Amino acid sequence: MLRPFALYQPATVAEASEVLARDGRDASLYAGGTEVLLILKAGLLRVRSLIDVKRVPGLAEIRADDGHLSIGATATHRAVERAPAVHARCPLVAGVARHVANIRVRNVGTVGGNLAFADPHSDLATVFLVFDAVVRLASRAGERELPLGDFVRGAYETARAEDELLTAVRLAPWPAGAAGAYVKFGVHERPTLGVAVALMRDGAAIAGARVAVGCVGPRPQRAGAAEERLRGWALADLERHADEVAALAAGEVEPVTDLHGSSEYKRDMTRVFVRRTLLVAAARAAGRDTHARHPHTIIV
Amino acid sequence: MHVIPIRSSCRIRVTVNGRPVELDVRPEALLLDVLRDRLELKGARRSCDVQVCGACTVLLDGAPVSACTFLAVEADGREVLTVEGLATGDRLDPLQEAFMDHGAVQCGFCTAGMLLTARALLAEEPAPSPARVAEYLRGSLCRCTGYRKIVEAILACARPAGVAR
Repeated sequence: MLRPFALYQPATVAEASEVLARDGRDASLYAGGTEVLLILKAGLLRVRSLIDVKRVPGLAEIRADDGHLSIGATATHRAVERAPAVHARCPLVAGVARHVANIRVRNVGTVGGNLAFADPHSDLATVFLVFDAVVRLASRAGERELPLGDFVRGAYETARAEDELLTAVRLAPWPAGAAGAYVKFGVHERPTLGVAVALMRDGAAIAGARVAVGCVGPRPQRAGAAEERLRGWALADLERHADEVAALAAGEVEPVTDLHGSSEYKRDMTRVFVRRTLLVAAARAAGRDTHARHPHTIIV
Repeated sequence: MHVIPIRSSCRIRVTVNGRPVELDVRPEALLLDVLRDRLELKGARRSCDVQVCGACTVLLDGAPVSACTFLAVEADGREVLTVEGLATGDRLDPLQEAFMDHGAVQCGFCTAGMLLTARALLAEEPAPSPARVAEYLRGSLCRCTGYRKIVEAILACARPAGVAR
């Protein structure tokens, strides 16, 4: 059962922002409701105003944009899974969308809702980090952009101001020849750990690498030292160095103990899964498909 | 801006199992409660209440949603299919027949959600692989059958790959 609230269905970002500014903590944005309705039902959040942003024109748009891929805040996971622009620019993202939660959540849950709710046990922010994602925030006062890594501040905590709404996330597609993978592990409904890797190639060498780890700590993060270590190696040698890189990444994350496990366990699993994800990405970069299988693991 | 004030109702028009229905609902009314308590359709069940189990699954314009976490006002102008709408008169849907034939029903609590989820899958992909059926059923929990019989029943209704119906 839900406590009573008023439902606002603004037609513009400015109207939505106005209700947010007026009602402050008594208001909440709402799109798919897959997160916010749960905490309202549980009584963890109480609001008098729910602001349904799905009628704002253009907010669900997914488009190739100036070399980038722009995903509107109210695009559902299902829409991302199917969008030709996603398949063309960032196919890994389409694959990840196909494995978010379950079919019911994917049908109504939105990309913007997922990012703005900032549940640590989530896939999208982690995979978006290896696409150097930038979120667009809008209010009555105007628009601003923020790197996703700065937007997500902690568990359920973002840099969104009270009168702002997230309108889109912009991804930078990888250069031609790059390969990547997303691997998630967990025995619960939500993932216990997610690792995203991108390997950029310069011939047979690794010109650059991006490694992101999510779910183990309050927010997903890039593993800069691991990325740095990867640069310049021959792709063929990656298997030899994967242990060392994985250990670096495990040292960089800030795991916390929760129902998914202790922080020590998560640090060790980070090491295990960064290694596995690197090997999948390396195999793809070499034009081979990987047939790796691991328990309770989804390889995208 | 359209607003439904607090503690007031809004008229919605929904097609439920092929039948047009008009209802006054509050903004906070959940689709599951409207179906069960106002329309006396008890096939969708409240179980986990957090979109994990699938017992409350209904099809909204053909797509599975969790009725326990879905505002009734959002069903305005749309088509809702519950398990009660699967059979045609006395004739069961082929999926229902297959579930019986394969022993895919034990306690029955998950069955309505399983059937509707399977219906959506087959509408989308008439010839899914066993692995795809299992993948699509992720988030539809059964605590009796071990899933195998459910997957077999669904595959029995699938079109053989490469064969046009």
